[in-house]
Amino acid sequence: MLAWFDANTATILNGLALGAVLFLIAVGLSLVFGTMDVLNLAHGAVSLMGAYVGVAMYGAAPTTGMFFLAMVIAAVIGFAAGGILAGMVSPVRNHLRQALLTLGMALIVAELLQEVFGPEVRSVPVPGFLSSTINLMGNPYPVYRLAMVAAGVVVAIALYIILERTRAGAIVRATVADRAMVEAIGIRTKVVLALVFGGGAALAAVGGLLAAPILGAQPGLDDQILLLALVIVVIGGLGSLRGALLGALVVGQVQTIGVSVVNEFASFLLFAALAAVLLFRPQGLLPARKGAHV
Amino acid sequence: MSATNTLSGLTADKPGTPKLLSRSAPRPMLRLLVAVVILLVLVSLPFFLAPYPLSLAGRALAFGLLVVSVDLLTGVMGMPSLGQVAYFGAGAYTAGLVGMHLSTSGVVQLLIGTLAGAALALLTGAVAVRTAGIVFLMITLAIGELAHIGVGSINAVGASNGLAGIPPVSVLPGGEPLVVPGYLYWWVLAVFVIGFCAAAVLNRSPLGRSMRGVRDGELRLRALGQNTYSVKLIAYTIAGGVAGAAGTAWVAQTQFISPGDLGFDMAAFALLSVVLGGAGSLWGPVIGAGLVIFVRDWLGGYIEGRGTLLLGVVFVIAVYVLPRGVAGIKWRSLRRKSSES
Repeated sequence: MLAWFDANTATILNGLALGAVLFLIAVGLSLVFGTMDVLNLAHGAVSLMGAYVGVAMYGAAPTTGMFFLAMVIAAVIGFAAGGILAGMVSPVRNHLRQALLTLGMALIVAELLQEVFGPEVRSVPVPGFLSSTINLMGNPYPVYRLAMVAAGVVVAIALYIILERTRAGAIVRATVADRAMVEAIGIRTKVVLALVFGGGAALAAVGGLLAAPILGAQPGLDDQILLLALVIVVIGGLGSLRGALLGALVVGQVQTIGVSVVNEFASFLLFAALAAVLLFRPQGLLPARKGAHV
Repeated sequence: MSATNTLSGLTADKPGTPKLLSRSAPRPMLRLLVAVVILLVLVSLPFFLAPYPLSLAGRALAFGLLVVSVDLLTGVMGMPSLGQVAYFGAGAYTAGLVGMHLSTSGVVQLLIGTLAGAALALLTGAVAVRTAGIVFLMITLAIGELAHIGVGSINAVGASNGLAGIPPVSVLPGGEPLVVPGYLYWWVLAVFVIGFCAAAVLNRSPLGRSMRGVRDGELRLRALGQNTYSVKLIAYTIAGGVAGAAGTAWVAQTQFISPGDLGFDMAAFALLSVVLGGAGSLWGPVIGAGLVIFVRDWLGGYIEGRGTLLLGVVFVIAVYVLPRGVAGIKWRSLRRKSSES
């Protein structure tokens, strides 16, 4: 057992790193569904926008300042895209028409990105100050992936504190629980929902940017990211922060370990896991708690 | 809102009045006339169209039949599905294999392909129809993706390269192979008409009423003593058979099938064609399907492969301009006319 861990530490860490960025991407999808009851099928496209921010801004080896500037720009673009989507979706009540709208927007965004950046796979370099490796049980391991794990942990904790411990988080949770009552105490719930939508989309764009050195940036990646994010939020429990975290960790491991065995096997395992969870625990592994907690 | 609250929320457009009892159409003769005219136009297409647009029309018909099967579940029964591509694929691959190894007869391929689609739907549906709403949507997504990935890893059917070298179909065993584009198109049209009529008959049958009952009030239906599980499973199996038939038509038209034809794109476009056309009316989604193929493959050919971009624009505009889909506009203007006259 210990020997197995020793031999597979790198694989497990890779899975953890992938899980961390997938958490950043998926949590927005989950929160938007939880708060607005909208399944945003443009989520993968927003994330791909973030990846292309990296393509556009990084040179061969981006400096530290450029890296953080790119993160800020990805967040701003994601936030704006989320706000626009929220405004477009708000008059559409029917779920299937929301799907038509958001997938239509996803097609437009993905095609425009392809128009600008071309159809080929664009690799995105690792920023200079994170490009070194550290010695991990005798093997070199890239620091960047450890930084991805750290970013995931920081965002998870920050989101938890914001949603559970601050006034803003209380307003969001109240809007989920009883929208009319929140309106009655003088808060515009539409603005609250647009901010949640924008925040989720900003996280997705930043997640796409951080994942770009590993996943690359290419047309069609938006579909893959969307499917992974859907699997994550459904396995974890729609609208649940803890569920998105657990789902992302599971999917990160399944993807990494599965790909190291057979390539197709990973996706097969993933959707088999999705079907199994839905059959035995349709509400997800860690469903959103009653009383509007995340 | 928690996930459990929204389970029942994900349903198709609910009409203002429940259509449990089918009211007689305002002008049955007019509807029949329109149907005959449309059929005549479809039959006469080979006389007007060049081979390439004709092959697109044939693909649109095959895709349209797939969309009809999605509409049976989504619009009529209120259970949106992304999994019909799996049964479409079962029909298509079976027809292709039968064509290569057993018989080039389109009739034989149609029968076996339909049975294959229905059998797979019965097996997977036995589990899937226990769920509803977004859980059902996600289970069917998993079914479709598992079929897509699974068939892509089987070397005997060409893995991710797809099944190539399928001979052209003949109508009856030992008949002349249909190599003339027009004849081939007529065969695809025939499969489409058979499948569409089967769906229409199902829609008007007592089972079809039970399906609308599942959509509009499953608990009431159960309280009345109906076994809704068997209603859903039978409907799911029939829809799988219709999708299988659509698959045989697709293979007859293209003489090729690959895992790419069963991907998430295809599943999503099939479901969105239903929404675009107007869920619940069978003919509206067919127009939606035709629109999708027309915009993406035909108009897209003129503007250098930007068909998908244009399709996205059409989807977004349709959400605001056609709140009840293509089927919705027709009906409203007809009703306005009849109230004016």
